[in-house]
Amino acid sequence: MAKLLALTIIVIAILSAIPVVMHTWEPPADVSTHGHMIDAQMADTMIEAGVSFLAAQIILAFFIWKFSGSRPEDKVKTFPGGAKGLVLAAIVLVGAEVLALGAFGTKAWATVYFTPPAADSMPIQVQAGQFAFYFRYPGPDGKFGQIHPELINEGTQNLFGLDPEHDVESRDDVVTAEMAIPVNKEIHLLMHAKDVSHSFYVPALRVHQDFVPGLDLSLHFTATKVGKYEIVCSQLCGLGHYSMRAYLNVMSAQDFDDWMKKQQAAQ
Amino acid sequence: MSQTSPAPAATHHGPPTTFISKHVFSLDHKVIGKQYYALAFVAVITGMVLSWLMRIHLGWTNAAIPGLQVLSPNGAPGGVMTPEYYLQLMTMHATIMVFFVLTTAPFAAFGNYFLPIQVGAEDMPFPHFNMMSFWTTFTAFLVLIAAFFVSEGPPLAGWTAYAPLSAIGKAAGPGEGTGQVLWAASIGIFCIGQLLGALNFISTVLDMRTKGMTLSRLPVTCWAWFITSCMGLTAFAVLMPATILLILDHVAGTSFFVPSGLVINDQLIPHSGGSTLLWQHLFWFFGHPEVYIAIVPGMGIVTHVLITNMRRPMLSIKAILYSMWALAFLSYMVYGHHMFVSGMNPFSSLAFSFPTLMITIPSTVVVLIWIGSLYGSKLRINSASLFALGFISMFVSGGVSGFFLAQPSIDIMLHATYFVVGHFHMVMGVAAMFGIFAGTYFWFPKMTGHMMNETLGKVHFWLTFVGTYCIFMPFHYLGWAGNVRRYAAFSDDYMKPLVPLHQFITIAALFTGAAQLIFIYNLIHSRFKGPAAPANPWEGTSLEWIMPSPPPWNNFGGKDPVVYHDADQFGVKTASGADYIMQNSPEQALEPSGGD
Amino acid sequence: MATTIPPPQSEELPEQDRPTPGGAGNGGLGTVVPADGTMQVMQGYSPPASSSAIWVFIASICMSFAAFTSALIVRQGAAADWRHVTLPSVLFFSTLMLLTSSFTLDAARRRIAAYMNGAEKDASVPRLWLYATLGLGLLFVAGQYMAWLQLRSQGLYLATNPNSSFFYVLTAIHALHVTGGLGGLLRVIRRFGQSTLRRSTLTATSYYWHFMAVLWIYLFALLRARI
Repeated sequence: MAKLLALTIIVIAILSAIPVVMHTWEPPADVSTHGHMIDAQMADTMIEAGVSFLAAQIILAFFIWKFSGSRPEDKVKTFPGGAKGLVLAAIVLVGAEVLALGAFGTKAWATVYFTPPAADSMPIQVQAGQFAFYFRYPGPDGKFGQIHPELINEGTQNLFGLDPEHDVESRDDVVTAEMAIPVNKEIHLLMHAKDVSHSFYVPALRVHQDFVPGLDLSLHFTATKVGKYEIVCSQLCGLGHYSMRAYLNVMSAQDFDDWMKKQQAAQ
Repeated sequence: MSQTSPAPAATHHGPPTTFISKHVFSLDHKVIGKQYYALAFVAVITGMVLSWLMRIHLGWTNAAIPGLQVLSPNGAPGGVMTPEYYLQLMTMHATIMVFFVLTTAPFAAFGNYFLPIQVGAEDMPFPHFNMMSFWTTFTAFLVLIAAFFVSEGPPLAGWTAYAPLSAIGKAAGPGEGTGQVLWAASIGIFCIGQLLGALNFISTVLDMRTKGMTLSRLPVTCWAWFITSCMGLTAFAVLMPATILLILDHVAGTSFFVPSGLVINDQLIPHSGGSTLLWQHLFWFFGHPEVYIAIVPGMGIVTHVLITNMRRPMLSIKAILYSMWALAFLSYMVYGHHMFVSGMNPFSSLAFSFPTLMITIPSTVVVLIWIGSLYGSKLRINSASLFALGFISMFVSGGVSGFFLAQPSIDIMLHATYFVVGHFHMVMGVAAMFGIFAGTYFWFPKMTGHMMNETLGKVHFWLTFVGTYCIFMPFHYLGWAGNVRRYAAFSDDYMKPLVPLHQFITIAALFTGAAQLIFIYNLIHSRFKGPAAPANPWEGTSLEWIMPSPPPWNNFGGKDPVVYHDADQFGVKTASGADYIMQNSPEQALEPSGGD
Repeated sequence: MATTIPPPQSEELPEQDRPTPGGAGNGGLGTVVPADGTMQVMQGYSPPASSSAIWVFIASICMSFAAFTSALIVRQGAAADWRHVTLPSVLFFSTLMLLTSSFTLDAARRRIAAYMNGAEKDASVPRLWLYATLGLGLLFVAGQYMAWLQLRSQGLYLATNPNSSFFYVLTAIHALHVTGGLGGLLRVIRRFGQSTLRRSTLTATSYYWHFMAVLWIYLFALLRARI
């Protein structure tokens, strides 16, 4: 039975590794400027994790195979070097490995979070609420009108609680259900939560950030490829959480201008 | 009683006589341990059935599950689960499993039963507190289950109950009114039960050890329970205030967790000024030590079972002990890794990432010592040792996904996906469960006086080992592809192609669940019809094996044992020819065993 | 609720194998009343279990109030709605009551020890000090209740603003623990009256009671500084 267990462990380990090696299930292709760093980090970690996983399972299996079924007269033997070598290996090798991973991973994190948005980045506001994302563009004046929560009214489609009568800046704000952006243009995304916690997750864009009610957070990113990508909510927000999504439409500069004109006309 | 007297000492509570004092309100730690086990047993079946319902819905979203409309006509009209009911079942599944199975069975059940015995005591120092701790935990369970039966059902905010979803009340969704308050009350009551238990455990280890039982001679399980108690003491003491503040936000109109300006259904929520992130900090300060509370007793049990079944001590029991302490210590410093993209300061994310990566080291030490000790051992294969070995495999599998999740940059892709769900299910849902199974097969003979059926035990192991890999390994692939968690259905373009893999997982889950019936049958049948168990069926050395199976009500028959050795005297050469020396035997080894 | 664990019955061990204190398996001493009926001799064994247990309990209470403190600090920084509350003046009175009760409890303890050793013949002296402690403790709780009434008269209820919320929560939870301490004192008084009081019980109850005072000093300072 021990030998069967050993074989099973090895088979399971190898079968588990196959989909990874064959890239059977992969994240959507990266369309961002910073994503390659994240992808590289994931690949490096996969190698280290994969090797550790396979080594541990195979050695475990091997020892189970070899050291079961002993006879009463057999003597107990000690692993060469005893515990000292193993503990040292754990501390030094694993310690160095994880420190390296951590150190190299900070660059990707810093690029996303520690660099300010470019001066000419395009500001777009996204509001997450049960159970949809809505987007707001500042319009020609480049300013967002104030949000008045008490004025929010889905019935009249005043989704952001704007008060154009009294707030001049809000008169030219463009509110949409779809997020369109020009390709290769840095976007400064201002995040606002209407009711509970949500999250802005665009796997293709390698972007992921929670909305925090009461906190104004922002992100910046640049998309490099024209196309339609899904924005999904990844922070449990209620019964409609699974269907809370919007489309990110990355367009050429010309197409974006056309789109924007159409939206302004429709406001 | 105060003078030295040669007469046998009167014990602190006489033998129980009535049915109530023997089986219901018992002061005997052994009965309390069994009561905890029974509670965990009921809880795990409930949690497992909930998981089947969830998995069926995920694989076949529009399928009618016969009978579900009886449990909740609103939640599953015609047997078809609504998205809100999915979330409600999910919340209850997780809450029941984490609190009433994984904290209860390895720690409260086995710990209550065996800690006093293994230190050589007659009982814990505060049997009344001990009894109260069980009945408090039981009450907490009833309060939680009550949430199924209130009109809007259980809460849907997940076991993590993030504010404001969990704090603003009914407007947030079905179950968020009374259901959420019941949930918070249940958890608060649970904390009290755990604190009473931790009190007893710590005092038992510090003050109740028998003659000769120095701290260095304690079996590793005692250390595991002691370390877990220390963690529980501090972690649950933080969770309770959090649940109190949450309940106040619900029923008293306070705004600890709810900021101003929130609008639901076009209504402005009256709360103002609270901090959403405050809940996450308080919760995860508890939540991360909690997962180590779930695994450390299992590590102790696995180590104990392996030593006995390898017929040799660990290469270094001290390395394992120090590693368990390191895990406990570090567990308080890593909790922010649940919050990398939560909106907290990104510098904090890096700060939390560092100890999270470091915690790999004590985990690796423990695994390497286990594997290294297998070398040259005389491994015996039985149900208990199979599950102990399976634990090692599962712990490795679940642990390596931690490499990814510990890094904030990678967490950008994997946060809130099935990768996380796969990670924690492998370490908690499988590895910790394997620890419970190993402990059951190992200690059942002692607790009941009957042997379990070995064949059934092995069949149970094989089906569960392969089955759980089939269920939870694919979770990682799903998460890698970006499959978001806590979804009632997968209708996004990029997730739709993943549904067949979900269906595979569901079938594996139902199959593995069915395999647990073998265990349940074995448990119940052996309890009544199993062959009589000797005192020491596994040839172990620790003090539980010196007493008859099952032990008398006062453990050592009124005479405290005297301890001469640690619990690791295996693989030794003795005059009698046995390869082990029990802790209470004055016999010395002719040749010492290896290890320290 | 500490139980009497008798001394072990096993054979003598050589000196060097004697276990560390606490390892005698003896949860505590015998009762204060020895077999011959006179309350004279107390045999002190190794530290009884309740002395480590009470520190465990105190540690966990500290953690809980640390959690409340951090909640307060975070909440204060989260929004601009922090409105300082003038602390009700009765709090000085209740503080005085609680601190004085620690002194009376210590006096009681010393009187009980004297009574045990035979120096003091009259059991009513220690009993009076115990009752004084109990009374002062009750006055403390009453004073806290008065404080709440005073706040209510200012229109400050639980949910009025975050300051008042924390005031009520902190003082209420502390008062709840003090009430538990009062129950412990009652038990000590009852046991003393029945001549079944163990030293470990008295010690544990005293430590807990003194901790309630220390905790209140901390909370009072926190309330004055932040609320």
